[in-house]
Amino acid sequence: MQKYVLASAVAVTAIAAAGMASAQTLEEVKDRGVLNCGVNTGLVGFAAPDAEGEWEGFDVAVCRAVAAAVLGDASSVEFVSTTGKTRFTALASGEVDMVSRNTTWTFTRDVDLKNEFVGINYYDGQGFMVPKGLGVSSATELDGATICIQTGTTTELNLADYFRSNNMDYDPVPIETNAEAQQQYLAGACDVYTTDASGLAATRAAFETPGDHVILPEIISKEPLGPLVRNGDPEWADIVRWTLNGLIAAEEYGITSTNIEELAQGTNNPEINRMLGTEGNFGELLGLESDWLVNALKAGGNYGEIFERHIGENTPIGLARGLNAQWTEGGLMYSPPFR
Amino acid sequence: MSSTVEPPREQFRLSMLLNDTRYRSYTFQAIALVLLILFMAFLGMNLVRNLADLGQNISFAFLGEPAGYDINQRPISYDNQDSHLRAAFVGVLNTLIVAFLGCVTATILGTLAGILRLSNNWLVAKLMAAYVEAFRNVPVLIWILIIFFIMTAALPGPAAFRGVDPEQSMLFGAMAATNRGVYVPEPVLGPGGWLFVAVLIASVAGVFAYRRFATKMLYDTGRDLPRGWPSLGILVVPSLVVWLAFSLTAGSTPNALLVPEGAGGQTLEEYVMAEGGATLCLVDGASSSTVAKTALLRLQDAARSGPVDDRVNLNIRTNRVESREAAVAAFEEGQCTLLALPQAAAADLSVGAVLETELREGRPIEWDKPFLSGFNFSDGVQVRGSLIALWFALAIYTGAFIAENVRAGIQAIPRGQTEAAASLGLRPGRIMSLIILPQALRIIIPPVISQYLNLTKNSSLAIAVGYMDVTGTLGGITLNQTGRAIESILMLMLFYLIISLSISAVMNTFNNAVRLKER
Repeated sequence: MQKYVLASAVAVTAIAAAGMASAQTLEEVKDRGVLNCGVNTGLVGFAAPDAEGEWEGFDVAVCRAVAAAVLGDASSVEFVSTTGKTRFTALASGEVDMVSRNTTWTFTRDVDLKNEFVGINYYDGQGFMVPKGLGVSSATELDGATICIQTGTTTELNLADYFRSNNMDYDPVPIETNAEAQQQYLAGACDVYTTDASGLAATRAAFETPGDHVILPEIISKEPLGPLVRNGDPEWADIVRWTLNGLIAAEEYGITSTNIEELAQGTNNPEINRMLGTEGNFGELLGLESDWLVNALKAGGNYGEIFERHIGENTPIGLARGLNAQWTEGGLMYSPPFR
Repeated sequence: MSSTVEPPREQFRLSMLLNDTRYRSYTFQAIALVLLILFMAFLGMNLVRNLADLGQNISFAFLGEPAGYDINQRPISYDNQDSHLRAAFVGVLNTLIVAFLGCVTATILGTLAGILRLSNNWLVAKLMAAYVEAFRNVPVLIWILIIFFIMTAALPGPAAFRGVDPEQSMLFGAMAATNRGVYVPEPVLGPGGWLFVAVLIASVAGVFAYRRFATKMLYDTGRDLPRGWPSLGILVVPSLVVWLAFSLTAGSTPNALLVPEGAGGQTLEEYVMAEGGATLCLVDGASSSTVAKTALLRLQDAARSGPVDDRVNLNIRTNRVESREAAVAAFEEGQCTLLALPQAAAADLSVGAVLETELREGRPIEWDKPFLSGFNFSDGVQVRGSLIALWFALAIYTGAFIAENVRAGIQAIPRGQTEAAASLGLRPGRIMSLIILPQALRIIIPPVISQYLNLTKNSSLAIAVGYMDVTGTLGGITLNQTGRAIESILMLMLFYLIISLSISAVMNTFNNAVRLKER
């Protein structure tokens, strides 16, 4: 019995001891020369390896932008695939420096789990996907349905709340990864698959016959997705936060991957100059080179470009900008000023 | 006369702790213990300090908070507003269910395979050898996944049972195997149900008592009483008598069927056909409701048979409520269109009208059959696909190991025993059950204990197929949603420790009972 206790204590301590590596993330990343970034195990459009094994996607692009800002090289990223269950532990234990894994910003995750959400890169909501043959046109008709959910996510709790408040019954089938959920859903082991609407669109795009499945109109929750870092290292949180803000502001000011070289020479717009390092010392204040944001933007372009390339309307996933348009175009994307 | 000379009493000196072999081992053990305690204290302090650095602490307060998530297999009542502790307890029960089913099945499988592997029949022996080798050489997780994926891929979805001309029909009209699990009828006790169950249990006890008596008779007097047909008689006759007595006579109480105002005066069939279906208020565990449901399902079946063009799909639904009062309330509110009540109770009611059809309940046990309603089958008992996959995989995997234990135990008994028994004129079956197995059991049981422990601990692989055992609830969703990893894992370890020690304790008691008695 002593052995059990000892082994467990070692394991527990290992977790906690690794957590010590919290305060100096920037130094560590620079020394290591590689950014460790936690991403999804595979969600087409958001984070998935392409045919050559290179990670790409909307969430991956944030990791690459941060790596470019910090290290000057967008390819110096080690992608660690995390499940809904492992992502926070991986971050807390120091296994990854940041998580960019369609993760919903919630109170408990921010305050109780001691994470630091640095911003929102996708405004999402939880939806339902059903086969067309089921003849369901609204989520309120789902009484008694068997529903596949990814365990360890906010969707699990939203689902319970939604069905409770609508006085309906359901049968949950808990599932670890998106791929597994897809397999179960297509085999008919569940009637409905529920996750963030963007995730549903991405999953459906990977089906053989996407047209046979419909995403129901009801969005039952607010799911602001964004990157997060460990609590207790404000400098590092600032770097990730302002890299993300830089991507969003760049779209607003029309800085793209094609005109950035030209704009980086200096413009008449002082805000662009401050962002791109020709005026002021914003890079230095963050502990980075003055051309940090130039590098970040060269990695994949501004927010709009990243969106269009990975999940936009011309991709198989085909998501409209909707809430994720710039505030100037009726969306919610709004970066604080670079001043 | 003799005198013993006392050896001079040696004075204990400190150096003897090291130099004297009598004390040296104690010294080293004490030093090791102190070091161990120090090391663990260091680890513990380190943990607490590191947690404090992260701004966290160790607290079990989260157990009292509402869990917020749902669990699909609930042996006790649970909903998402119950506490994390209750969710953990539901998980514990699910673990115990699959561990119990797995252990029983593995024992049966293993014993059979172990004995048959020693069979003189070449084919049987080789088949069993193949079973053992195939199953114990592939990881159990793979078996769990294989069985689960075969079930989800090969079995039809519930939708295949739908409509007037379904692709699939239910087995005996009462069972359905789908890719979500197997649905079987649930027994509901009717009038005299308890008496019937009591008689059944008494009969089983009677069979054991009779066989004990027969063995004692054999040992005491050498008279060999027949065992087969008396056992069967003791088991069947009393139960059958009780069953028939209640079915045919006294128990029959007529029930009135209530329908909404203005629909009275017709038979149940006329009413259901006119309405195109009915929603029955089904009182949990009341046989009157079950009888009404069976009648409805029979009508539904009848409407579906015959030439395809004439078939009608009756929309039968049930509204499950806890008590008769709740059923009456639901009926008054219009949540259901049909209610079965004893005639006296129906006469007291001021709402609704009575149908001409009277349903009589009388059988001690009625079967509440599952039927397709909405997306899934409702009522009856659902044996979930995840439970089946886990249960069978654990059972056949561990069964392969138990088979080897059984074989080892049997082969450890010298052949001379078999030959001696045969020369006394005992038949092979008797040799096995009277001579070989009682001796072999002493060798078989200790390793089988550890197989049971293995099976129980392997059940934590449940998460692979979404079976909500304690690793899935406390160690999975609760851990995840609260972020209390250390607390949850400690509780989980404690649970598995307790359950493993309990299994050991029970099995060791059994082992002591069968081991060689030295007199």
